[in-house]
Amino acid sequence: MKTLAQAAAALAAGQTSSAALTAACLERAKADPFGAFLTLDEPGALASAQASDARRREGRAVGPLDGVPLSLKDNILTEGVVTTAGSRMLEGFRPPYDATVTARLKAAGAVLLGKTNLDEFGMGSSTENSAFQKTKNPLDPTRTPGGSSGGSAASVAARLCFGSLGTDTGGSIRQPAAFTGLVGLKPSWGRVSRFGVVAYASSLDQVGPLAHTVEDAATLLSAIEGLDPADATSSTAPKTDLSMLRSGVRGLRVGLPKEFFVDGMDPEVAASVRAAAATLVSLGASVEEVSLPHTRYAMATYYVLAPCEASSNLGRYDGVRFGHRTTDPRSLKALYENSRAEGFGPEVKRRIMLGTFALSAGYADAYYRKAQQVRALIRRDYEQVFQRVDVVLSATSPVLPWRLGEKLDDPLAMYLMDVLTLPCNLAGLPGLSLPCGRASNGLPIGAQLLGRPFDEGTVLKTAYALEAALGLQFAPTGGV
Amino acid sequence: MPRADYQVVIGLEVHAQLLTTSKLFSGASTSFGGAPNAHTSVVCLGLPGVLPVVNRHAIELAIRAGLALECRIANVSEWSRKHYFYPDLPKGYQVTQYEHPLCLGGRVVFDTPEGEKAVRLTRIHVEEDAGKLVHEGAASLVDLNRAGTPLIEIVSEPELRSADDAVEYLKALRDVLVWVGVNDGNLEEGSFRCDANVSVMKHDATTFGTRCELKNLNSFRFIKQAIEVEAQRHVELLESGGVVEQETRLFDPQRGETRSMRSKEDAHDYRYFPEPDLPPLVLGAGDVDSIREALPELPRARRARYVTSLGLSAYDAQVLTADRAFSDFFERCVAEAHEAKPVANWFMGELSRLLNETNTTVGEVKFSPAQLAALLRAVKDGVISGPGAKEVFAELFATGKDVQVIIDEKGLAQVNDDGPLLLAIEQALAESPKNVESYRGGNTKIVGYFVGQVMKKLGGKGNPKRINELLVEKLKG
Repeated sequence: MKTLAQAAAALAAGQTSSAALTAACLERAKADPFGAFLTLDEPGALASAQASDARRREGRAVGPLDGVPLSLKDNILTEGVVTTAGSRMLEGFRPPYDATVTARLKAAGAVLLGKTNLDEFGMGSSTENSAFQKTKNPLDPTRTPGGSSGGSAASVAARLCFGSLGTDTGGSIRQPAAFTGLVGLKPSWGRVSRFGVVAYASSLDQVGPLAHTVEDAATLLSAIEGLDPADATSSTAPKTDLSMLRSGVRGLRVGLPKEFFVDGMDPEVAASVRAAAATLVSLGASVEEVSLPHTRYAMATYYVLAPCEASSNLGRYDGVRFGHRTTDPRSLKALYENSRAEGFGPEVKRRIMLGTFALSAGYADAYYRKAQQVRALIRRDYEQVFQRVDVVLSATSPVLPWRLGEKLDDPLAMYLMDVLTLPCNLAGLPGLSLPCGRASNGLPIGAQLLGRPFDEGTVLKTAYALEAALGLQFAPTGGV
Repeated sequence: MPRADYQVVIGLEVHAQLLTTSKLFSGASTSFGGAPNAHTSVVCLGLPGVLPVVNRHAIELAIRAGLALECRIANVSEWSRKHYFYPDLPKGYQVTQYEHPLCLGGRVVFDTPEGEKAVRLTRIHVEEDAGKLVHEGAASLVDLNRAGTPLIEIVSEPELRSADDAVEYLKALRDVLVWVGVNDGNLEEGSFRCDANVSVMKHDATTFGTRCELKNLNSFRFIKQAIEVEAQRHVELLESGGVVEQETRLFDPQRGETRSMRSKEDAHDYRYFPEPDLPPLVLGAGDVDSIREALPELPRARRARYVTSLGLSAYDAQVLTADRAFSDFFERCVAEAHEAKPVANWFMGELSRLLNETNTTVGEVKFSPAQLAALLRAVKDGVISGPGAKEVFAELFATGKDVQVIIDEKGLAQVNDDGPLLLAIEQALAESPKNVESYRGGNTKIVGYFVGQVMKKLGGKGNPKRINELLVEKLKG
């Protein structure tokens, strides 16, 4: 049993119990050689599994997630269960409340096994920026699972649970999904509540699912999406219509942006994406080349705006009310400086400094405001392209998963790896990654599908058709 | 006051707490006091993951203030983050409005000995308050009860030219805000706070001098004093060849001086940018109109009307409009009694006295406008005497009983029928033939003596006017 749908079916058919599934998942998670989890909530998971089984016995099961073990990225708040955002700053922090997505999964009956590793505050593309541990790619433990939701990806790819929620600010769901052979969906900005999600860059952050299949991702999206009165930026758009998931791609117009075939791209990746385009044509879609001329500014724009917002969002970690507090500060200034110097890791400090600089008097016009203007141009590129096509197809990452430690000393090289996933966040679009091929070394290649704002339905049905046609399967090493 | 060849230039920034029951971005209570950090929620504590949700009532009150001060209300305004580190600021930034405030322009009109003046406003914006620090020995403790309380900041143009005008401006501004129910006007509790930007310039100068921002001005007296000593400091500095440094200064009421708190070099770089957690504040087509329609007549307009339409003196108009509820009740009573001056007399006299004595407000008054009108009618019709009316009013105030019932219970009805009056008069005349003679001899003043005697016989209940008339008739014989 691998997928969420299979687990749900087995539970519905009475072939297994949530308690049995949960115990098995916990057992594997405790023996996990890949370092997916930071925290396992064994008593909490077992209690919700028993509650789920009781509901099912009484005929009150609440839906496809009832009793299904899932994991949550450790920047999503869980009441009473330690939530660290991968940072020393929040080591041991037990939130007094649930994130809206946590509450919605609980309401849907899901069993929350624990919290998965991430780059500190979501800042990174390899999960190597976690303050606590490195996570390995279950498909090849010498390589990165991607990031920042690398722990979530590893927890699903290693089959320690049936799905996970990650967060995606510049590709942090889609790129780990691509690196671990999974489906990862970043919903439209405003589609899923951000309440209770540790903020990195508020105008870019979204919560979304990582799962084995498109159908599983859709099921998870359905459970968490929709208006939340606690998030003023959450959208009133109607929920995604999942009845169209299997409706096929006949007549669908697919755009292949020429700017997304970047210099330095792995030729196997480029070939695999073009092959996926050909597959869509064979299924009745039409494919045309499109242009998104401002794509080349996306990385610079992102690495101004995201640090600006991060420098602001991380101001609350000051050692006064919660989180790490330095010992014996001699002054208020020392309290702030030492608490933050000790609590934050190098990548977080780098981004706080970048953002503070880019917002400072005399520089904000050249950096923050200019970046906002370019962001508007990037958004307009997509508005224009989506008048001609229904989805945009590209690679998720220009390269295959790299070896652990390989890019750690070169932040700029690491930033470049996000070049294909960043524009989606800047434009607020739904973006999905799914496996589209297997490289000669056996590693998965991810294809990215982008859709119009709040048109997750078209993205999902395209992905569903492609997934069915390609029939790719990836298994973790160790033959679990 | 500074030397005659200098004038002082003042711009004021007033922070007024909006009278909402919950905070600007969370459901936590805004009540004053309470155990430290009792009135907080995860949102006002700035915990990881929290998001702000705008309190619509706060926006409504801010718009009401803007309309009362003749501002233009922006259909679209924007929230911004203002960054600085201080332990009373949980998130490391304050959510405020920066580039696109809710209210633009507007003015405050006030009276001065030189006549009516108006000072223009730059803007009014909405923002959240910070918490406070409590210092206990070596420790500083953080109380976030006030953190997130909704404020409006009312920024004036630098058009004030004296400390006295500044105080009159503030009083008029406070009057309007309290009148329209936006603010409680309490300086001591800090729900109405003022910072003053002060500079001096020669009368013939064309540019303003360098300004200093004064803080810690928590009474009208301190505001006047602080502005005056600060202006004096500037003049002395300039006259001794020095320059004024732009800085933030704290007023020390004990020493009656200002001292530097933060120089320009130490000024915060607030790194404002639009708040990504809140969409722009967009007002619907009817939002402002419905608030405008519900806006009460403002105190200055009402005072003018009391003088022109009700024929009251400017003094009466001022006293009667000192409090909105008092004035509203006055209006209802006038409408019922169809005359203003007698109602005004009752309000400014007995009613004010009794409210004061019993430490109650007009909202707690037990009688209705119709009952007061009935009392006035009883006086006018001679049913009761003036002193009797006071007694009735006191009872009316205490119990809210029907006026006629009070008159009956207390036996205050005057004897108006000639029969019993004449009977008493005959007796009185018969008892004092000497005085009758005296009257007839030309001492007409003696009639007062007889009125007293007759009243005595009638137990004080005779109608004095009629007694007088009948007595004169009889004495003339």
